[in-house]
Amino acid sequence: MKKIVTLLAALVLLMLCLTGCGKKDTLTLNVYNWGEYISDGSEGSFDTVREFEKWYEKTYNQKVTVNYSTFASNEDMYNKISSGAVSYDVIVPSDYMIARMAQEGLLLPLNFDNIPNYQYIDETFKGLYYDPQNQYSVPYTYGIVGVIYDANVVDAADIGSWDLMWNQKYAGQILQFNNSRDAFGTAMYKLGLDVNTSNKADWDLAYEELVAQRPMVYSYVMDEIYNMMESGEAAIGAYYAGDYFTMVDAQAENVDLQFYYPERTNLYVDAMCIPSCAQNKELAEIFINYMLSEEPAVANALYTYYATPNSVVYTNEGYIEEMGDAMEILYPNLGSFAEAYNREAYRNLDADMLNYLNTLWENVKIN
Amino acid sequence: MKLSAKIYSAIIFGFLFAPILVLIVFSFNEAKSLSVFSGVSLKWYQELFRDKNTLEAVKNTLVLAASATAISTVMGTMAAVGINKLRSKWYRAAMNTVTDIPMSNPDIITGISLMLMFVFVGRLFGASTSLNFFTMLIAHITFCTPYVILQVLPKLQQMDKSLHEAAMDLGCTPMRAFLKVEIPEIMPGIITGAIMAFTLSLDDFVISYFTSGNGFETLPIRIYGMTKKTVTPKMYALATIIFLVTLSLLLISNFVDNEDQARLRQARKEKKGKKD
Repeated sequence: MKKIVTLLAALVLLMLCLTGCGKKDTLTLNVYNWGEYISDGSEGSFDTVREFEKWYEKTYNQKVTVNYSTFASNEDMYNKISSGAVSYDVIVPSDYMIARMAQEGLLLPLNFDNIPNYQYIDETFKGLYYDPQNQYSVPYTYGIVGVIYDANVVDAADIGSWDLMWNQKYAGQILQFNNSRDAFGTAMYKLGLDVNTSNKADWDLAYEELVAQRPMVYSYVMDEIYNMMESGEAAIGAYYAGDYFTMVDAQAENVDLQFYYPERTNLYVDAMCIPSCAQNKELAEIFINYMLSEEPAVANALYTYYATPNSVVYTNEGYIEEMGDAMEILYPNLGSFAEAYNREAYRNLDADMLNYLNTLWENVKIN
Repeated sequence: MKLSAKIYSAIIFGFLFAPILVLIVFSFNEAKSLSVFSGVSLKWYQELFRDKNTLEAVKNTLVLAASATAISTVMGTMAAVGINKLRSKWYRAAMNTVTDIPMSNPDIITGISLMLMFVFVGRLFGASTSLNFFTMLIAHITFCTPYVILQVLPKLQQMDKSLHEAAMDLGCTPMRAFLKVEIPEIMPGIITGAIMAFTLSLDDFVISYFTSGNGFETLPIRIYGMTKKTVTPKMYALATIIFLVTLSLLLISNFVDNEDQARLRQARKEKKGKKD
């Protein structure tokens, strides 16, 4: 018994040491990002976080430890930050969440003197609706929703528009988003409606469209879409362009995944921000600046397959060569991104509309 | 009848173990897919051991589970001893109910209420961040302790009460009688309680999620974070390793148990032989 007690005491002491006696002269940076959203050294890739630690120590002659945590949705992240119980220095929310957090005073204005690499961000990604004054955010990635289909199943004559997802010929092979905003989005773009409308009649039209689609839908999915498309279990689904390439990487032999953009579709931007609970703002800005510099930015774009607004990356020869044909899909010629984005992107709906939308959505799934 | 019983257990075992089997098979897959098996390789095991963030999460999970188990086992055993000594039936029933609450309470309520309390207390003391390793530890101890009590209490009730008195009669101090006589008697209950506490702490997601602070990520939280894109096969490799370690621990403990019982039987036989 004595031995057990001693052992327990030793364990507790060890715990205290592991958590408590971090050296005081080491700075700590808490980063909160989406899962699988940074090059992390796997399969021989660039280990962004460790390389930053090394680079910082070399440049500033001071040790820094990056605590890197991940979240699975904007709402998860928002709940953590707004609970006031945690302190992160850098977060990566999506556009509509940035607008909401800025409005609620949860973001700090950035000091761009510490982020000189901001100049590499293409002008068309500045002044977007969620941050019109460019105060709070530095864009990290952007993406466009498109339709993914299996060319071994789908006739070339049927592609090109949202109609493919409502095509009776492929009943039972269609995947639809399993979240209200994205699912209604597909129907509203198809019908030519404004996705941010506050006109309930428009939402009702989209609702009818989704109800009509329901018998043809194989499953309502989020990340399950990867396995279902890769294995050929389903043949048609809408998702983000970057994720399409992740699927192509893992597709089965008898599957030939292809991709196209319908005429109207959703565009999004994820950007790096500093929340008001940050404890080391300057260090956070240095980290954001580092993320924009060539080596880490190229590595992250290659790792995530998402398009980046950073001109250092999309003009990098190695990157262009590595991506090959993917460049055309990832960086479609939109004319002006800002123009398409401000017209089509999802914005925050007011609470009343959100409630209405969610009631309709529940009915779609129950019917 | 016999055949149908066999079929029944085959179905039950199938449902229990087929998913784990699939996971193990695909952890050796060469491709990054859960549906297409393109060749045997140890690639994902290599990747796993190169992924510092995941290994850190594993370490965090184990450190948390070990400390929560140690503390809740000691606390739970002490509580069980106390409850067992209560004379008033009413008081004992009340204590049992109170300790059952964290067990029967939905995780989500335990999680949110603990988080609110930590934030409230943290604000009271003017801390800018109130959630950290220790809040998570307290949360885990909270839901582990009742299970230890649940395992230890029946053992105490089964124990012959005169054992303690006999030990004192033979010159033990009350403390010594407790440590040398009672503890060995209830040891199986304590060990089962500790194993349950460890398992519960290891795979808890909901409560950990609400009480975790910045920079301290446990494995379930990390895997949840991956679901935006896709869970990489590295995680299959990790799950396979955890499964095999658990399996071998169980086999060893069963083996040791059997040995012990055999030795006990042998000793009894010899004793009998001497008497005759």
